[in-house]
Amino acid sequence: MEKDYLLSVQDLHTSFFTDAGEVHAVNGVSFNLNPGEILGIVGESGSGKSVTAYSVMQILESTGRVTGGKILYKGDDLTKWSSSKLDKFRGKCVSIIFQDPMTSLNPVFTIGNQIEEAIKLHTEKKGAEVHERAAELLTLVGITDPEKRLVQYPHELSGGMRQRVMIAMALACEPDILIADEPTTALDVTIQAQILELIQDLQKKIGMAVILVTHDLGVIAELCDNIIVMYGGRICERGTAREIFYNPKHEYTKGLLKSIPNVNNMKEKLVPIAGSPINILNLPKGCAFCARCENCMKICLTDVPEELWINENHKASCWMNVKEAFEAEGGKK
Amino acid sequence: MSKTPLVEVKNLKQYFPIKTGLFKTEMLKAVDDVSFYINEGETLGLVGESGCGKTTVGRTLLHLYEPTAGEILYEGTPVTEKNIFSMRKKMQMVFQDPYSSLDPRMTVEDIIGEPLDVHKLYSSRGERREKILHLMELVGLNAEHATRYAHEFSGGQRQRIGIARALAVDPKFIVCDEPVSALDVSIQAQVINMFEELQEKLGVAYLFIAHDLLVVHHISKRIAVMYMGKIVETGTADDVNYNSIHPYTCSLMSAVPIPDPDYIRGRKRIVLEGDVPSPLHMPSGCPFRTRCNHACEKCAEAMPPLTDRGNGHMVACWVK
Amino acid sequence: MGNDKMPKKNPLSAQINLSKFNSFMFEKASDEEKRQQDVMSESTTFFKDGMRKLFKNPLAVGSIVVLGLILITIIVAPMIVPYHYEEILSVDGVRDKGAKNLAPFTYSKLEQQYIDNGGYRFPHIFGTDEQCRDYFVRVVYGTRVSLIVGFFASIIVLFLGMLYGSISGYLGGKVDLIMMRIVDVIYSLPDMLIIILLSVVLQTILNFSPGSLLASLGTNMISLFIVFGLLYWVGMARLIRGQILSIKQNEYILAAKSIGAPTGMIIKRHILPNCLSVIIISTALQIPSAIFTESYLSFVGLGVQAPMPSLGSLANAARGGLQSYPYKLMFPALAICLIVLSFNLLGDGLRDAFDPKLKK
Repeated sequence: MEKDYLLSVQDLHTSFFTDAGEVHAVNGVSFNLNPGEILGIVGESGSGKSVTAYSVMQILESTGRVTGGKILYKGDDLTKWSSSKLDKFRGKCVSIIFQDPMTSLNPVFTIGNQIEEAIKLHTEKKGAEVHERAAELLTLVGITDPEKRLVQYPHELSGGMRQRVMIAMALACEPDILIADEPTTALDVTIQAQILELIQDLQKKIGMAVILVTHDLGVIAELCDNIIVMYGGRICERGTAREIFYNPKHEYTKGLLKSIPNVNNMKEKLVPIAGSPINILNLPKGCAFCARCENCMKICLTDVPEELWINENHKASCWMNVKEAFEAEGGKK
Repeated sequence: MSKTPLVEVKNLKQYFPIKTGLFKTEMLKAVDDVSFYINEGETLGLVGESGCGKTTVGRTLLHLYEPTAGEILYEGTPVTEKNIFSMRKKMQMVFQDPYSSLDPRMTVEDIIGEPLDVHKLYSSRGERREKILHLMELVGLNAEHATRYAHEFSGGQRQRIGIARALAVDPKFIVCDEPVSALDVSIQAQVINMFEELQEKLGVAYLFIAHDLLVVHHISKRIAVMYMGKIVETGTADDVNYNSIHPYTCSLMSAVPIPDPDYIRGRKRIVLEGDVPSPLHMPSGCPFRTRCNHACEKCAEAMPPLTDRGNGHMVACWVK
Repeated sequence: MGNDKMPKKNPLSAQINLSKFNSFMFEKASDEEKRQQDVMSESTTFFKDGMRKLFKNPLAVGSIVVLGLILITIIVAPMIVPYHYEEILSVDGVRDKGAKNLAPFTYSKLEQQYIDNGGYRFPHIFGTDEQCRDYFVRVVYGTRVSLIVGFFASIIVLFLGMLYGSISGYLGGKVDLIMMRIVDVIYSLPDMLIIILLSVVLQTILNFSPGSLLASLGTNMISLFIVFGLLYWVGMARLIRGQILSIKQNEYILAAKSIGAPTGMIIKRHILPNCLSVIIISTALQIPSAIFTESYLSFVGLGVQAPMPSLGSLANAARGGLQSYPYKLMFPALAICLIVLSFNLLGDGLRDAFDPKLKK
């Protein structure tokens, strides 16, 4: 049988029910997460990367619902859990940090109040113990002089510092999984480097698994063991970092890598991907990327490609790979 | 220099009064003594972190803020409050946020047509429409969409509309204020390429403001790096990127997330300690000294001047 | 990732049955075919989109229907019903003294006689009042008065508030500071007290030459408008100022400036159209509060002059015979409730549909 994954998402479907009808944000996403792994989910707006993360946390907006599939945490399907069980699960087993550290902290409470509340909610600790733990957490995320910071209000801290506080809160109960939703997008480059370093260090120290959701291929390249590339609510390609960056097997990934400036293509012209990001209100019948793909084939318009193994570290769902295999067989009928 | 540059900025200062107490106002030095020049058809990249004053430089250039001190010269003529209206036919701006920079109640046609209306650049309705359609074609927009509203377009298309609006008066110089940072990764390349193509076709010069070093390096011939209202390093794009001298530029370079796992994991990163100081309480001397690994006593005493390190590569640092 | 069940050796052909494909499928798709996949959604304007949302809101549609019915009634009913609101009922030129306090759909003795003799009397739908006047017509006229007061008072408020608020908001700085302190002073006055004082004072001051348009409206009505205008514009002024301040922050205003557009053009083209939805919404919410205040004033006897009825004065009159004729209080009270509730629900619906801040 399958081995026990920390988290196993199987054929996840998530939809939003809006005035304009049902919006299929995630369409059949499956992935597994091992303990201590750093998994990167990369995609542009509308790719369903954040919705996937929110589905795992079960913190979708009121209009959103998981319409199909299973989310197994240590083999237990959490889509069937009661809301009180989920409350315990969030924070204790899985924590999330958000993109905007400016708005994720409550401005009327001190940093200390907020961290201590998170600790009290999920542990048995009381009184001075809680305070001690809060200070310890701040030290852990690299904040010097924690006693002073604990009595400060969020507006007294800079963006990078606030993101550190958010991480400290997320770590309050030593979760098995940390979901980081665009954790560095709102930060400056030099601060971004600090936060990424911190996430990496903490992962090594505590050994939790990290799901890093981002649009920034540079961040993904730096941190992740395994990468999932999403487009239009589906997984295009997955594999180890080196496989994805040096041996892309999906037209979207290939296009993406060619379209971003890199150290070695400074003098060349960029090769952009044509068209606009997909409108998820209007998903095509076949491959979601077909309208923008320069090698789009007839089959791409009508059939969703299956996900196939490229090698033991790499899976991709693109008809181009099938075409190559087909031609290699010399197949003509 | 023998030739007059297209745009030249000399000792530009832009201070904003900030109320810090009931009766106390302090000066926020958003831009402090900045000088640079841009030649015809050239791109100067302006890089820096948020709050370093790079956007203020761009806006002050177009007199959206009245400069506190310093001079802005266009082809040798000073730009003043008096001649700014006619100068706006020569200098234009593209904004960062493609969502808030287009009026949601206007059609594409009216947005692009607005500068034509303001400067009365047509003699008949037909000519106006013709010009608008030509501009839409120039930036790769479908002419059928002229009557649609801005909110119906995706980010990349909206940015194209913004560029068409800036191009409507046929300017020689465009300030591009972070024009791609709000766009999706797959769209950024489209817009960057379009900027490059328009430059080849129309010979416009850009001041390209961004925080993404890779993007700036790609599009610019020369780069200026700003830190807390001052230019700390400037030179050709390659010099600044590959032979950076100022410790701030070095750490910036080493922090850029590069989409290449082997490269990025192999490189040595200089992670800066601490945060950017508050612009209201700037450290004495060199503003970077509080985060700098090389800071010495002299750095606290005075701001280092920009000195030439060969090939027009200017650096403001006492130590290096 | 999952390194599950990776086949030992994995040519793609082992994972998928290649024989079900043919070379036609792998031909390149034409641009035309690709374009069909990428259709832009249908064009909608902001207004159309808002209207679509409004008409999806059952409460808003309900209140539009109710208000429409009320409007039709107050326009059509006086044309059909042959009684006048201050007419004391008479049969064949004889005053019908028995037609006092009739119950709905009943006739007085005199009328009954007349009908028995083959004559036709229009039914008294709501009965009659203690002065032998048809109550239905009075309620209809009362509603008319209330709606007119509400509507015009809101327009005055809107006009004053918009003028003051937009000047203050656009100019900003010291002008804004002084103008807003004046608003604060007016805001801090106890409004009910001032309304009552003003309406008493104005009633004695205002004298219109008989026969003029203003005189036909009646001093009370005019003084009501003035009172509303003087007191309630401050809220509107604040709202519009705030709205303009936030619109001014948008980059498109900066863009217009960078193009060289003059101030007047920026206000006309960019600021006012973007304020419009907020203005419409708050006007819709202003109407019921004006109606309410008018009814209240009429109830305490400071509203419109007798014999002109208003919903408030009708309710006050009905208070006297509350134990014997409770339905007389019910009709005007119900009318007030329906109107105020409908306007409030409609205002909420408009806000949900048009306020860009609530847009997802």
